[in-house]
Amino acid sequence: MSALTIKKLCKSFGGLHVTTNVDLNVEPGERRLIIGPNGAGKTTLFNLITGELTPDSGAIELFGQDITHVPSRRRAHLGMARTYQIITLFARDTIIHNVTLALLGLSPSRWNPVIDLRRQGHFVEDAQKALERVGLGHIANRPLAQTSYGERRRVEIAMALTQNPKVLLLDEPFAGLSIDERRDVHQLLLAIPRDVTIVMIEHNMDVALEFAEHITLLHFGEVIVEGNRAEVVADPRTREVYLGH
Amino acid sequence: MSGRYFALGVVIVALATLPYWMTGVYYVNVASQILFYAIFALGLNVLVGYAGLVSLGHAGLFGVTAYATGYMLQLGYGHPVAILVALVVSVIAMAMYAALSLRSTGIGFIMITLALGEILWGLAYRWISLTGGDNGLSVQTRPAPFGYSLSDANAFYYATLIVFLLSLVAISVFVRSPLGAALKGTRDQPRRMNALGYHVWGIRFIACLFSGLLTAVSAILFVYYTQFISPQTLALTSSAEVLLMVISGGAGTLLGPIFGAGLVVVVKTVVSGFIERWNFLLGAIFVAIVILMPEGLVPGSVRLWRLAWRKRESAATVVSGGAEAKS
Repeated sequence: MSALTIKKLCKSFGGLHVTTNVDLNVEPGERRLIIGPNGAGKTTLFNLITGELTPDSGAIELFGQDITHVPSRRRAHLGMARTYQIITLFARDTIIHNVTLALLGLSPSRWNPVIDLRRQGHFVEDAQKALERVGLGHIANRPLAQTSYGERRRVEIAMALTQNPKVLLLDEPFAGLSIDERRDVHQLLLAIPRDVTIVMIEHNMDVALEFAEHITLLHFGEVIVEGNRAEVVADPRTREVYLGH
Repeated sequence: MSGRYFALGVVIVALATLPYWMTGVYYVNVASQILFYAIFALGLNVLVGYAGLVSLGHAGLFGVTAYATGYMLQLGYGHPVAILVALVVSVIAMAMYAALSLRSTGIGFIMITLALGEILWGLAYRWISLTGGDNGLSVQTRPAPFGYSLSDANAFYYATLIVFLLSLVAISVFVRSPLGAALKGTRDQPRRMNALGYHVWGIRFIACLFSGLLTAVSAILFVYYTQFISPQTLALTSSAEVLLMVISGGAGTLLGPIFGAGLVVVVKTVVSGFIERWNFLLGAIFVAIVILMPEGLVPGSVRLWRLAWRKRESAATVVSGGAEAKS
């Protein structure tokens, strides 16, 4: 059974077809890279997968279960987590509170109006663990407003990882990072165990190619090329629409 | 932290002994007004401050409770029944209000709540068989819980103080709870919260109900205080006044709305005795707050206090550093 299956998915905004008959099949534990020029519909595809957008037609399955009409928030409970290309964090709070909110999102006690959140030891411990995993343990209590861009990227990843997802969707996790930071994040992603399936959108070919086993090339909302790393890189259509000559 | 508890203790003792050091029934009554308006402002702050949803129709909900209480009493029911029915009616009204207004956020939310508030005001004005129209409804007596009559100003003050403290405890517990944290999350990043597995609409709906409940509690105190309710109470200016309390004091803080309520009520009742154009004064104060501390009186004062403190400290280190350099 596949981790993520997409069948004949279509989405248009008015007359603009941003996703056209996209088929995608990601096996459990796979590292899949989605590439394509700007405006190819990569982020739209992510938004369809996570349910932030509703497709016009087609189907999405998560481990064989049809989730096409499952609301976005329920998909998180079914084991789907994502990061955002444009960093989407809680700027008024501390780093650890950001991660705690990610933990709380899947816990039934998120509806509890009477207990003191800061006294819930297990949340604090788990959040701290997640931050140590991404190398931010030492600044857990720093307000997010006082962190660097690279640190925020790692908070994004920590929030996704702490939800123990089965399928992790990374939208340009290396965007805007320095070479050193890119290497750190790369190490971090390599350390994610194989029971997590990863689908990643990325433009930084040096790190991304190394990471991915399978690559899907999108162009004008359609899948142009798909295959393993060597096949896609060697394909002339990839050179034409994406890599350049 | 201990300084904080000390300050809290001083304030509670001061409030508990207020009728003894505050001379004159008039000022005790002003204190009661500040307290029940503070509950109203705290209720609105749940939406404005913690949910990021600005409601301009809360006076309408306030009025629903007040009229429900007055009408039940006029039908001849006792105080407990009137209060209970008023609370139930208010929560139902709030649920309907929330279901309609939560279809939108931002400006859309403001406009829907404004419209709903105006509809309720119109009903109060026109549904004469129920509300008495322009003549309003009179409430003949105040309740006497546990045989302790509230007709006297001091007794009413104490009853209001107890309800106020209970409301304050309820809201401070809520703000620190997971649901409170989730609510603030939906204010700052609703999209992210949804992706993290939160039911954003549901969280906002519960916040509306909680806000409505606090509004209803303050409205019951109001209607027993004035022993009269007229459409004027539901007017847009009343909604704006409470919003002014929240924003001037500091939206999204626990103490802000209380100070805001104090400011508005004092200007409206006490200062208006000396200055005819008290509205002008209130406006000027509000403009000054917006310019000097746009985050509100309470967080603004804290910020200025810290700034002054840091300046003093850095001045001290410069002086001592200079002394060291000399030696």
